[in-house]
Amino acid sequence: MSFFKKLKDKFVNNEETEQVSDKYKDGLTKTRSSFSSKINDLVAKYRKVDEDFFEDLEEILISADVGVSTVMDLIDELKLEVKRQNIKETTQVKEVISEKLVEIYYGDDDEAVEELNLQKDQLSVILFVGVNGVGKTTTIGKLAYKLKEEGKKVVLAAGDTFRAGAIEQLEVWGERAGVDVIKHSAGSDPAAVIFDGIKAAQSRKADVLLCDTAGRLQNKVNLMNELTKVKRVIEKEIPGAPHEVLLVLDATTGQNAMSQAKTFSAATDVSGIVLTKLDGTAKGGIVLAIRNELEIPVKFVGLGEKITDLQSFDAQAFVFGLFADMLEDDDQPAK
Amino acid sequence: MAFEGLADRLQSTIQKIKGKGKVTEQDVKEMTREVRLALLEADVNFKVVKDFIKRIKERAIDQEVMESLTPGQQVIKVVKEELTTLMGGEQSKIAVADRSPTVIMMVGLQGAGKTTTTGKLANLLRKKFNRSPLLVAADVYRPAAINQLQTLGKQLDMPVFSLGTEANPVDIANQAIEQAKNNHNDYVIIDTAGRLHVDNDLMAELQQIKADVKPDEIFLVVDAMTGQDAVNVAESFNEQLDITGVVLTKLDGDTRGGAALSIKAVTDKPIKFAGMGEKLDELEAFHPERMASRILGMGDVLSLIEKAQDNVDEKKAKELEEKMRSASFTFDDFLDQMAQVRSMGPMEDLLGMLPGANKMKGLKNVQFDEKQISHVEAIIQSMTKKERQDPNLMNASRKKRIAKGSGRSVSEVNRLLKQFEEMKKMMKQMTNMQKGKKGKKGKGMNFPFM
Repeated sequence: MSFFKKLKDKFVNNEETEQVSDKYKDGLTKTRSSFSSKINDLVAKYRKVDEDFFEDLEEILISADVGVSTVMDLIDELKLEVKRQNIKETTQVKEVISEKLVEIYYGDDDEAVEELNLQKDQLSVILFVGVNGVGKTTTIGKLAYKLKEEGKKVVLAAGDTFRAGAIEQLEVWGERAGVDVIKHSAGSDPAAVIFDGIKAAQSRKADVLLCDTAGRLQNKVNLMNELTKVKRVIEKEIPGAPHEVLLVLDATTGQNAMSQAKTFSAATDVSGIVLTKLDGTAKGGIVLAIRNELEIPVKFVGLGEKITDLQSFDAQAFVFGLFADMLEDDDQPAK
Repeated sequence: MAFEGLADRLQSTIQKIKGKGKVTEQDVKEMTREVRLALLEADVNFKVVKDFIKRIKERAIDQEVMESLTPGQQVIKVVKEELTTLMGGEQSKIAVADRSPTVIMMVGLQGAGKTTTTGKLANLLRKKFNRSPLLVAADVYRPAAINQLQTLGKQLDMPVFSLGTEANPVDIANQAIEQAKNNHNDYVIIDTAGRLHVDNDLMAELQQIKADVKPDEIFLVVDAMTGQDAVNVAESFNEQLDITGVVLTKLDGDTRGGAALSIKAVTDKPIKFAGMGEKLDELEAFHPERMASRILGMGDVLSLIEKAQDNVDEKKAKELEEKMRSASFTFDDFLDQMAQVRSMGPMEDLLGMLPGANKMKGLKNVQFDEKQISHVEAIIQSMTKKERQDPNLMNASRKKRIAKGSGRSVSEVNRLLKQFEEMKKMMKQMTNMQKGKKGKKGKGMNFPFM
């Protein structure tokens, strides 16, 4: 069975997953139309698979923030594949392109959806980290709601004691999601807040504690050390915790996202990524390279400002979203 | 960072063609390929890069580069000149309306840093131009956005106008202007909610505010880390609102900031200010030339030199150089030097400005902890005058005393002594090199154009 058939079977012939992929399609409409219409344009423009074709393809991928080196590797592989399979028509290349993209994302791993690592019978602690303005607090609000809908008891810890209004912002989200927020006053020690958060969550018999932290640029050594300290405090209180360290990345971010992923991982051992603001025109292609190089999977994507706009990340759905136009096009000539 | 600076990479391309005697068109092609890569890695939009490379090629294939003895450096020079021209001249002016108050609208995507920048801009207006701004909380959507601006207003001791989250942003803006007139605020800065450029309803809201308050400035606030999408965002905001300038935020990060170039290229609006930190006084005028260097990965040599000139006492510097040369450098000089360097700003920032600093052996992964510098100071200050002059005096009991006095461990004292010796050696080497022993490649710092 071909790759596209598999995707189609998974998403088109299954009503339950259709809803999910619809969400992706909604959120990614602009992404998809700009990205895959470009690929379609390209395919229509060129009959032959030649140097010009590859050059244009390279630009399309670069414009999706996939990153120059990843793109060049991909193009090299594509060229090899084209030679090997003796592909001459551009329409045949489409499939190889998306196969390769999914392959970059997964590497040699199983193509499993990355679930949150939640403990069965004890408190699970999730630490949120990231640079300023990526949407950490908003994501916590959305995830709190999602987990609560799943029947979990959730507590939030207002660990961003630095930015003006951050505590109040988390409180509003706590109210919206209907969960408790543990806070200290602005300017207090974030590690202390999170320590209290753990204590409170334990005494309230909560299932999950979501810890907010202040946004910080990854080249600020002192602030990164502070984050390591916060993590250490959690480790000390609950062996094996934090059970997840989620790095929140703004899809609008370019190549610097790689540096963010590297440095935050070094400081806090990041276990997953939340890719936010995917409802704009940005493509967030850098997550392919991050997954490939650092083996950090994307666990959630933010697709809007509503409390329900947080979706589990599914790479196939993601790619399906990007390539939906092409898949639909494929159907027509066959009939 | 994952990539090396353009200067470093071009060097290796040059190595290949050295000895050829003449630079061919093919060589130029290869060099511009490196430039293209550097720009793309810096997140400059690929379309902008394409046009740019075309221009560079034309100039580079021209006489000036082909006949130059250092074609590699010539190419960089051409690139830098073109980049600087493209980015435009320095433009940190803010409009002044004929009739007070002057109205400034802050717009941009979510999380770009509008609210923080609003606070910083107000601070700048008061500090530098002696103005009295009114801050307007028109972000009624993001939870606690109003609260954030009010907190900043409190920190700055400046008035903040708000009608809560139930009011319409257009009404808020209108009423704020009235209040500013009554209270004699000569500037009004309207902090609008972050929104996607493709969100038609919210963009229409901005257009309505614009139509009502007729702002003198509309600043698009853009995160310096923005990738390829920067062109779409900037183009769209500019088309719908005809912005008057750009503020680039989070430039204190380690991003190359190619978005700056993309934005300038598609909007042709000046980048006026740059956010350089989280504190309210960390908004600086934007320097196109420095940005060009940064995008190319050549380090912010100019900024460094300027900082050094501002802070380093010339006479002391001369003395120091003499001491370095004669290797009579003592712990007292070390303390002195540290104090001077520290007055220039955080160590990591300074290092980041040095081109090739990340390539220097031993410096590659050095992370400077300001606290550690304080520890070093404490250790030195716990030494006697004699010990500072002559580290050879050190013995176990002296070390123990110093450790006790500084509250550090003996092993830390030992480490410092060892580092100090190594540093002295290195200084000798470096000053010797300056005296003209060139040819030892790869050692010391490599400043292009210096």
